[in-house]
Amino acid sequence: MKDNIILRIIAKLLIPLIILFALYVQFHGDYSPGGGFQAGVIFSAAFILYTLVFGVDTAERVIPERFLRVIASLGVLVYAGTGLDALIMGGEFLNYSKLVTDSVTGQHIGIILVELGVGMTVSSVMLLIFFTFANRGRPQGNDHD
Amino acid sequence: MIDLIIDMVLLVFLIAMAITILRISGMLAMAMLFGLYSLLMAGLFMVMDAPDVAFTEAAVGSGISTVLMLVTLSLTRSRYEKTTSKFQWRPLIIVASTGAALIYGIHDMALFGDPQAVVHQHVANHYIAHAQEETGVPNLVTAVLASYRGFDTLGEVVVIFTAGIGVMLLLGRPRRNTPKNDEDMT
Repeated sequence: MKDNIILRIIAKLLIPLIILFALYVQFHGDYSPGGGFQAGVIFSAAFILYTLVFGVDTAERVIPERFLRVIASLGVLVYAGTGLDALIMGGEFLNYSKLVTDSVTGQHIGIILVELGVGMTVSSVMLLIFFTFANRGRPQGNDHD
Repeated sequence: MIDLIIDMVLLVFLIAMAITILRISGMLAMAMLFGLYSLLMAGLFMVMDAPDVAFTEAAVGSGISTVLMLVTLSLTRSRYEKTTSKFQWRPLIIVASTGAALIYGIHDMALFGDPQAVVHQHVANHYIAHAQEETGVPNLVTAVLASYRGFDTLGEVVVIFTAGIGVMLLLGRPRRNTPKNDEDMT
């Protein structure tokens, strides 16, 4: 599909918009519909479109699989770490009210952190699954990295 | 009124899509139609005032899972569904009885949007009355999912993470060969 100029131009126009929308859904999720999960899948959809148009090799140069694995694990750690932090600060597990002195601010910070963790894990796991599927079809042996 | 018309159009298209998926045997067309089906469902969720669910359905249902099905199709040889001409009783009985049980179950369901439904009497009133002052987050859905039901959401994230690990373990190939047996691991 690399030679198809219409696809390439449209994809180049659309991908930044999709990523921007994903970031909006992620960081505006406490005011408007959406949140970490939605942002994660929209973000990974943008990169899947990129992969479909420009090929798996190019996409893996943009986001290496090793990096995705780190982000996927980091997302879970951010989520659980927020909960653990609340535990250390004297509340229950995931009781964000204890994160800072002000209970409402603590809740807000906790929700933003937790949604960030969800977004990181969801987007990178979706991409990892897709790359794993896509890599099955290629001949083995020539590692590029 | 306009909601009703949109609902009707979407539902008619859904039924048409489902019947078409049943009748065609080409796998590629089937994957594309499943994607369209999800897009129609996303439209229905939007009409039902659930944009969060609609986002997810549109991105996962009609985007990512369609692409995964297409990739899977490109990896396998078969392009057409195997069909048998013989009429099969047992699947029909299972499908019919499951369908009958589901339709029977509808009678116990609360009416759509009924504020007196049992499910809306438990903790929902507390969320609606106090969520914003307790969490400082105007979006009620986010407040419930991330704060009040934070432990459930942590579980969901771990499930997604585990699914990713499972797919990589089953389908991924070793990155570099181990020094002991590097002959052929496939």
